[in-house]
Amino acid sequence: MSDKKNENHEDPIGRNEARRDFLKQSSLIAALTVVPGTLVKAAGNGMDEKIAEYFEKVPLSIEVNGTTHKLTIEPRATLLDLLREQLALTGTKKGCDHGQCGACTVHVNGRRVLSCLSLAVMQDGKKITTIEGLATGDKLHPMQEAFIKHDGFQCGYCTPGQIMSGIACIKEGHANSDDEIREYMSGNICRCGAYPNIVKAVADVKKGGHTL
Amino acid sequence: MINFDYIKVTSVDAAVKAIIKDNKSQWIAGGTNLVDLMKKGVVEPEKLIDITNVPLKDIRKQGTQLHIGALALNSDVAENELVRNEYPLLSLALKSGASQQIRNMATVGGNMMQRTRCPYFYNIDMPCNKRSPGSGCGALKGFNRMHAIFGGSDKCIAVHPSDMCVALVALDATVVVTGSKGERRIPFNNFHRLPGDNPQKDNTLERGELITGVLIPENSFKQYVHYLKLRDRTSYAFALVSVAVALNMDGNTIRDARLAMGGVAHKPWRLTEAEKFLRNKTASESVFKQAAQLEMKNARAYGHNNFKLKLAPNAIVDALKTAVGKN
Repeated sequence: MSDKKNENHEDPIGRNEARRDFLKQSSLIAALTVVPGTLVKAAGNGMDEKIAEYFEKVPLSIEVNGTTHKLTIEPRATLLDLLREQLALTGTKKGCDHGQCGACTVHVNGRRVLSCLSLAVMQDGKKITTIEGLATGDKLHPMQEAFIKHDGFQCGYCTPGQIMSGIACIKEGHANSDDEIREYMSGNICRCGAYPNIVKAVADVKKGGHTL
Repeated sequence: MINFDYIKVTSVDAAVKAIIKDNKSQWIAGGTNLVDLMKKGVVEPEKLIDITNVPLKDIRKQGTQLHIGALALNSDVAENELVRNEYPLLSLALKSGASQQIRNMATVGGNMMQRTRCPYFYNIDMPCNKRSPGSGCGALKGFNRMHAIFGGSDKCIAVHPSDMCVALVALDATVVVTGSKGERRIPFNNFHRLPGDNPQKDNTLERGELITGVLIPENSFKQYVHYLKLRDRTSYAFALVSVAVALNMDGNTIRDARLAMGGVAHKPWRLTEAEKFLRNKTASESVFKQAAQLEMKNARAYGHNNFKLKLAPNAIVDALKTAVGKN
């Protein structure tokens, strides 16, 4: 799905640089995989927040759209927040943030999941594909082309999730009829009501027999 | 969400030891319910123990029974060939629940352990005896459209939201759990409990007991099965009422029947009286209606959910008709 070569990629904003250095130097590194509750409490009690922040974070290695990222992250961060806030991949949308709308759908190890209900720390060593990982250079993915051709959106907010779901729907073998597409796309809500055209787009890609 | 400690374990033994060591810790697998509850502040564990790498994902024959590992994904179980061919009711129920994204994350054990979606349980500003024992039940005289018509108490009328569990209770499954004292088996119908005076307890697990799998006995319910789920939209919504039906037919005669309902009680609701009544009867709409009425005599509604008193028996009849191919 991506022709980008696998490379070690630093956090694009660069703000994890100092934290990583600190972690490397710290003789307490062994303690970091299990952060003592007392330290979490200390942070809440207003101790030096910067220090507490270091201890609350855990290391994470994750491949996103073919690029490996080595980061540190708070256990409470969701995969959605990691993608949007730390990796600046804002194509994946935060809709309801409670697993009810599908706007945050991404692929983890090739299967569609909801990134808003996935803890980032639990994705260690996994391969993530987001909407940004679909196109090859300037050439759009067949599902992206189909959404444009069939006018499968109006405001566009749900579209990245719809497209990620549409691709998975076909790969899973769940796009054999309009009814089946509707059932297996039901986890992606579109408040503009572009459903008929979304079904057409998915059915068209399925008919085209593309390698997805 | 309040931050928490995070550890990973790779064995049942380590999972059990870790949770016993730390009173405010919780296991996490798919996380589809737990992460949501943590975002809402309904549960606030100080430590999460990630069990997704514990080897409990297998689906296999164990003697005459089917063993499904507690960490098997809902989507994998629904698509499994053994399940589809020999336990089609389970596959139908699983596919009617949630969305494919959620089924790709959610595990069998997690599906059983999910909490009610009662809005009073979910809103920490509201009274709820399940979330905060002694605070009262907001639903009894409140907005109770989704709530129980069977087995409720004056402390709680929440319903268990699972579809999978409705099929498992109908198929006489057994839950296999491991705690510090070793392995224990719980008949599925005894796993979830009624609210009584202790609605904070959803099930009969003891602290430190981990679900390792479920066992489903061999059965003759391959052909005449149906899972009818009635909800506010055609897909991706919790049940108002659901009915699982599995019949063993000899011509037009019902030799054996299994019936259970979802969306009507604090646990998946097995309809044993109707099952007994249907045995050796000739399948017909009037027989189905009599069976449904037998079950409804113990039903009670609370205002907004009065419609379930009509919807439930109609759903039972409709599901039976579909199962025998007369719909």
